[in-house]
Amino acid sequence: MVDENKPQADEENKTPAADTPPLKTEAEAAPAAPVTPPAAERAAIQDADRESYWKANVRLLSICLVIWFVVSFGFGILLAPLLNHISLGGYPLGFWFAQQGSIYVFLLLILFYAWRMGQIDRKFNVHED
Amino acid sequence: MDLKLLTFIVVGATFALYIGIAIWARASSTSEFYVAGKGVNPIANGMATAADWMSAASFISMAGLIAFMGFDASVYLMGWTGGYVLMAMLLAPYLRKFGKFTVPEFIGDRFYSRTARLVAIICLLVMSITYVVGQMRGVGIAFSRFLEVDIAVGLAAGMTIVFIYAVLGGMKGITYTQIAQYVVLIFAYTVPAVFISLQLTGMPLPQIGLGSTVVGTDGVYLLDKLNQVIADIGFPAYTDRNTFSTLNMVLLTLALMIGTAGLPHVIIRFFTVPRVRDARKSAFWALFFIALLYTTAPAVGAMAIYNLVKTVQPGEVGHPEGSLLHEERPRWMHTWEATGLLEFKDHNEDGRIQYYNDKNPEFSAMATEEYGWQGSELRVDRDIMVLANPEIAGLPNWVIALVAAGGIAAALSTAAGLLLAISSAISHDLLKGIIMPKISEKRELMAGRISMVAAILLAGYLGLNPPGFAAEVVALAFGLAASSLFPVLMLGIFSKRMNSAGAIAGMLTGLISTLLYIFIYKGWFFLPGTNVFPDNADYWLLGISPQSFGAIGAALNFAVAIAVSRVTAPPPAHIQELVESVRVPRAG
Repeated sequence: MVDENKPQADEENKTPAADTPPLKTEAEAAPAAPVTPPAAERAAIQDADRESYWKANVRLLSICLVIWFVVSFGFGILLAPLLNHISLGGYPLGFWFAQQGSIYVFLLLILFYAWRMGQIDRKFNVHED
Repeated sequence: MDLKLLTFIVVGATFALYIGIAIWARASSTSEFYVAGKGVNPIANGMATAADWMSAASFISMAGLIAFMGFDASVYLMGWTGGYVLMAMLLAPYLRKFGKFTVPEFIGDRFYSRTARLVAIICLLVMSITYVVGQMRGVGIAFSRFLEVDIAVGLAAGMTIVFIYAVLGGMKGITYTQIAQYVVLIFAYTVPAVFISLQLTGMPLPQIGLGSTVVGTDGVYLLDKLNQVIADIGFPAYTDRNTFSTLNMVLLTLALMIGTAGLPHVIIRFFTVPRVRDARKSAFWALFFIALLYTTAPAVGAMAIYNLVKTVQPGEVGHPEGSLLHEERPRWMHTWEATGLLEFKDHNEDGRIQYYNDKNPEFSAMATEEYGWQGSELRVDRDIMVLANPEIAGLPNWVIALVAAGGIAAALSTAAGLLLAISSAISHDLLKGIIMPKISEKRELMAGRISMVAAILLAGYLGLNPPGFAAEVVALAFGLAASSLFPVLMLGIFSKRMNSAGAIAGMLTGLISTLLYIFIYKGWFFLPGTNVFPDNADYWLLGISPQSFGAIGAALNFAVAIAVSRVTAPPPAHIQELVESVRVPRAG
């Protein structure tokens, strides 16, 4: 969470600078930046943004893949004999995870990832129109 | 109405539908031919991907595997769905951003190497052709059984249908026919499951029904009842792990997952959506539509085996009159006996069917001594369970006809997707990419269609004269996809440092090690009798089965690719820039 908020904080920090007359450079300024810094500096900021965007993505998908691993290989295989002592309705829990639950969790994971990435895309202003 | 006539009508009507769609959605440009003009809505694309992905193996074989393997069949359920999580997060969005037509194209560009592209083409062709042979065989069997024609005639009919809509329509036609095929196959799969679940548990949703109580008992759960019913005839508990070792279970699941994510004909589906975020959404919809079948399958399997055992063992186990009289067997047993896929041998000559686990030495000895049983007398081929299921449950003929149409739809849609992947690898990657880069779009399209015809003919021929393997084909295709393509695709996106030498070394290591390991136990090119070691756990390296080896092949691929890339020159700056750009949906 902290990392993902960073770029936003960066933008906020820059806002006061907008009081000083903005330096107009090329027309193709990134629509996100409220201020247009000199070209070299702008490129540096974009690189940093790109990097934190990628880090945010990798972190999100790592969390998702840990859950992916735990429900399938953990609950569905390694811990299944243990979990089978617990019942979910008429299902032994380990069996349920292996033949039903893991698939539902996979679905939720992809849905969550797609939704969260949509948010991250917008935050870093790399979303498609 | 007579079953045969009804099947003709239902299957014929679905074919008319597919061909109609193919003519309506003819491809006119290479972009439409390969990636449907990149204009497919994510939900529609998800549905088409589901049909593309779910083959005759999913539709016909899987529930049968579950029925006879119980818990252990979970490897297929988790393995064939979990791969979509990898696909959605590790491959699909970035490959869509890359924005080209084929998987070898990405590998060739990313690793700035024609050799890499060529190795990728070889991997793709080997796995797609082996996979499509299995599908054509499935089409042939389904046709010949239900239409009561010779397998060659069935196969020819299937080839003609695939020819019309795949060759004319390309990806555009295939996408829309696959949507129709998805609807047919999911309807055909779930309708009997709902009926059977209602009969047994009073619960229409099979996913809930499997965890519910059995109608006519004092709140006994179906799975408890099933465990007890099969324990009475010597089988281990349905809901517990039994045959696979933990290592093989983990590795096989992993190999199927990675293999799923690395299948080129599934990956190219994500090139057809308009935007990167649609690729992520599309992966969700694909798994959603797949999950409708995959979460129903456990109920189909469990209820089928329950019904089967209850049918042949209506009375008390061991009582002289407890087993079913062969003369009084239901009609569906007659029908399937004729195909040879269901067999009755009256070992103890009492005219009754004794079905039990004669491989369980303790139970078998007890049964011989106390019940006078001389061995299990019923042999049921696993592959008939889904097709026979509606008959076992006594459902009307139109449901049986529908299941036939569904099985054919599943096989045809996968065959078409694979053929497209094969033809684009030949015409786009091999011809335009390597041999004659100046080819015009029109001629490339023509080459695509010609290579598709050639692929259909080859697949048809091999489907008719299979090199003596069936399930191994699927294992090989997945093992190859897992060990050759997935690791370099992922490294190409996630490691800027990955270079051409690393990628080529990785792909070759994964491909060759997996092929060798399979051939050592299954015979060189699957020729019977040419295997080096017998295919059983005593001879497997560290107890790893050939089917599970894809996961090890993938690990070797990763390791070799990373090691080689570290000791060779880093990729040029423009390639590192390319990697940067595929990582973001819109360049900032």
